Amino acid sequence: MRWKLATGTALVLAAFAAGPASAAGDLNIYNWGDYTSPELIKKFSEVHDVKVTVTDFDSNDTALAKIRAGGHGFDIVVPSANYVPIWISEGLLLEARPDQMPNFKNVDPRWVDVAWDPGRHYTVPWQWGLTGIVVDTSLFKGEINTSAIFLDPPEELAGKINVAPEMNDVLFATIRYFGGSWCSTDKEMLKKVRDKLVEAKSKWLAMDYDIIEKFASRDYGAAYYWNGAAMRSREKNPDVRFGFPKEGYPLFMDSVAILKDAKNPENAKLFMDFIMEPENAAMISNFAKYANGIAGSEAFMSVELKTAPELNIPAEYEAAGEFLLACPPEVNEFYTRLWTDVNK
Amino acid sequence: MPSAAPHPAVRPRGARRGREIARRWLLSAPALLVILVAAVGPLFVMALYSVMAKGDFGDVRFGTFSSEGWFGVFFQRDIFDDTLTLADAHLTIFWRSVVLSLQTTLAALLLGVPTAYFIATRPARSREIWLFLITIPFWTNLLIRTFAIQEVIRNEGILNGALVGLGIVDRPVQIMFTDTAILIGMVYVYLPLMVLPVYASMEKIDFRLVEAGYDLYAGRLAVLRRIILPLARPGIVAGSILVFIPSLGAYVTPRVLGGGKNMMLGNLIELQFGPGRNWPLGAAISITLMAVVMLALLVYVRNATKGGQHG
Repeated sequence: MRWKLATGTALVLAAFAAGPASAAGDLNIYNWGDYTSPELIKKFSEVHDVKVTVTDFDSNDTALAKIRAGGHGFDIVVPSANYVPIWISEGLLLEARPDQMPNFKNVDPRWVDVAWDPGRHYTVPWQWGLTGIVVDTSLFKGEINTSAIFLDPPEELAGKINVAPEMNDVLFATIRYFGGSWCSTDKEMLKKVRDKLVEAKSKWLAMDYDIIEKFASRDYGAAYYWNGAAMRSREKNPDVRFGFPKEGYPLFMDSVAILKDAKNPENAKLFMDFIMEPENAAMISNFAKYANGIAGSEAFMSVELKTAPELNIPAEYEAAGEFLLACPPEVNEFYTRLWTDVNK
Repeated sequence: MPSAAPHPAVRPRGARRGREIARRWLLSAPALLVILVAAVGPLFVMALYSVMAKGDFGDVRFGTFSSEGWFGVFFQRDIFDDTLTLADAHLTIFWRSVVLSLQTTLAALLLGVPTAYFIATRPARSREIWLFLITIPFWTNLLIRTFAIQEVIRNEGILNGALVGLGIVDRPVQIMFTDTAILIGMVYVYLPLMVLPVYASMEKIDFRLVEAGYDLYAGRLAVLRRIILPLARPGIVAGSILVFIPSLGAYVTPRVLGGGKNMMLGNLIELQFGPGRNWPLGAAISITLMAVVMLALLVYVRNATKGGQHG
């Protein structure tokens, strides 16, 4: 009995010595829907004796609005790259310094000095991917590494195309299709963008989320969509292939951040460090089928994921990828009106 | 007030009545307070937000007033040559929503009135069963029901499977992602809201009047037009309102069944609060929508009740 007590005390002391990272308690995570590996959460709760609650959001703006309103009770949020600077400038994030955590050495050097959080003082990589071309090759055998698939659709695919209803992703690909740069206000180019989208839209079937079931049922012949979903579509319809638009495509990375008014900041820090462990990062990817930013996690990934052509950008198309940054407010307003005009 | 002193006998009764009125107010105060806070409060917030300047990343800048939001509802500077024009994108979307809502209401009337008539003319006991059946769809979440409809009408779905299987068509009919799909979905979702109020007023009809009509040599159409419909009018008015208003703001059904290629008002408003980051404009569009609905209702109800008195 005494022995047990002594060890207990020693453990508690050890915990204090190791820093304020005393576990036990709660952790409330606010993440995208269908994105958090239950296996990962289970392991974290068991290892650190923390009760984890995961709440879903469906868009960056929803998350931002809800957190800004206050009284949310969340500790961790997972915003996309282009939104992280907004969260930081609005003073919503805790400067948790993940770059000083023990497992930070595992972060792939490519994802350390990122534009939205140089040196990673606030955020840790969760998953990353891109928006590209998904084609059912039983219908169309030509070149698929181009945005022309949805902007100038080949006859075989016209009327069977789904485009993700995402203003920024669609405008990005179209602007790059005309050789423009993101956040540009070149009116001549943007006029072409608008006219092209209006024209192309008449050849689209839908602008909707969820492509996996519809590629499986062969309702869709092509899509402009995220690569992880493309991979899941291929698992249900072996004719599905993913193309990397050579004209330019948007990359995304969702990053884990701790909220400034978190009730359990210590547990949140534990979680940050936990997901930088390659074995744990692999769980994230195995579940949601996107790449993570942790070097060495491949060793723990499922075979299908490791070899998935959707998740490994071929060298020749690497330079065409660019992170979607948040445009200045006046540009954003202009893009919104253009988008409304296209969708009226 | 008459200057003459009130009759002595009246005074105590008047005082009692005063107390009675005060007590009624007191009793309804909690409900009134809830309505005031829960209904007028958010409206006030919306009105306030619509006249503020927009924040850079959503939200509004409090204390900085701006008419930009309201201006943007009706007018726009052309995005390319800066000339001032009517906001035709908004008007087009507005018009699409109104037309779809009218179609939905009309279809719900055509299907709902005969259904309500059928139920109202059943024996009392089986009426309860029919009503119960009408309410069953409410037990399931709207989104799930919408996805279920998608399963019925999509190309490889139940309906097309049956049509192709029976040899009626040789290729699946493209219903999914069309305006027809939206209409089917909306009518399905809102039909009970038409049937229930129409039934409620038809149930009260004294069917001896119908017999009397026949006795007086009225044809079936005349009976329907001169007796049944006028008596069911309150229900028809209520049902139409109950269907029309939510149709106008419908968001899930057009999105899921229509494929989201063309915006409805709900989507336009969502865009402003979402990636558009223009909350004042979103608030102003919402208020405009409400004002239009209110106006349409006033005209409709006034005309409908006037007609009722004539009948």
